[in-house]
Amino acid sequence: MPRDALVDRYFLEHRAKLLDVAAFLDRLDRSEAPADSNEDFRIEALQRAISLLIDEKGERAKRVLELFSDPTDTPIDKAPMKGADGAYSAK
Amino acid sequence: MRYIDPHIHMVSRITDDYQRMAQAGCVAVTEPAFWAGFDRSSAQGFYDYYVQLTEVEPKRAAQFGIAHHCWLCINPKEAEDPGFAREVIALIPGFLDKPNVLGIGEIGLNKNSKNELEILEAQIDLAAQHDQLILVHTPHLEDKLKGTKLIMDAIRNHGSIDPGRVLIDHVEEHTVGPVLDRGFWAGMTLYPDTKMTPQRAADVIEMCGKERLWINSAGDWGCSDPLAVPKCQQEMRLRGHPLATIEQISYENPLRFLSQSGRFKTSE
Repeated sequence: MPRDALVDRYFLEHRAKLLDVAAFLDRLDRSEAPADSNEDFRIEALQRAISLLIDEKGERAKRVLELFSDPTDTPIDKAPMKGADGAYSAK
Repeated sequence: MRYIDPHIHMVSRITDDYQRMAQAGCVAVTEPAFWAGFDRSSAQGFYDYYVQLTEVEPKRAAQFGIAHHCWLCINPKEAEDPGFAREVIALIPGFLDKPNVLGIGEIGLNKNSKNELEILEAQIDLAAQHDQLILVHTPHLEDKLKGTKLIMDAIRNHGSIDPGRVLIDHVEEHTVGPVLDRGFWAGMTLYPDTKMTPQRAADVIEMCGKERLWINSAGDWGCSDPLAVPKCQQEMRLRGHPLATIEQISYENPLRFLSQSGRFKTSE
């Protein structure tokens, strides 16, 4: 797909998604901070992922997914729950 | 445009979905056994589920001209109790001769635990013993990358499974390369919030090619879209993909993989 056609087709959609992220971060700023002042691991991962978007190294989707992933390589002893958090926490 | 949805949980969908899918071009579905959203309290609960998949659902699909096939297993979310899981696995051979059964699936991992891995290995062995195709579920979100590697290693370590007879599903940008590189087939699941969007799936096709890849909706009881496959066809059309490529991804590739079972047919 030619670049100008690609921009025409997708720009508004992704402008809106970017604003969703911006508004979410603003919402976090307005919220009550955690008692221990430590940021949630998911938000820390999100902030690191955002920095990947503008480093111009390519393969952004793949690298963002890798950033959110469990980096270990052996099975855990027991499943602690059925769901997933969306980002890895070593705790 | 005709298509096959090779991964959708129709037991969780209403009859109107069959009608809309048929109107959108669906000629066949395959339905892997999965987690019902709650743990079954007995092996008998799975027996009843297998009856639903092999006897009830094909009749419901046939009303709309859609061929229905299924895969049998105990899913990884209910594999944390190996004793219970083995009781369920013992039921499966009794259903493998049903005419719509294509293989063992969707087996895999959920949280990448030792018990899940033990039951995955038991079901890989079941597939090998009965010469069945395998459909693999890979874990969600942060667990996917590690789980996909563990699953591929478990299949390789078994020693008698041809990767060309295994479809590893729910791949994303960080797992599709390793899956294809090791000779497996790869499935992209089109979900509203997690896994893939039709746009990202089209991106992967542009980056990785169209060999050994398929798309599916994995429509189930959660937020999902039983018309996701035709929406991805539309996305590809709008980008200017040749009709032959769209047909290959959404019809010919699933047909080629599933036909290895010797049982798969569409309603055409």
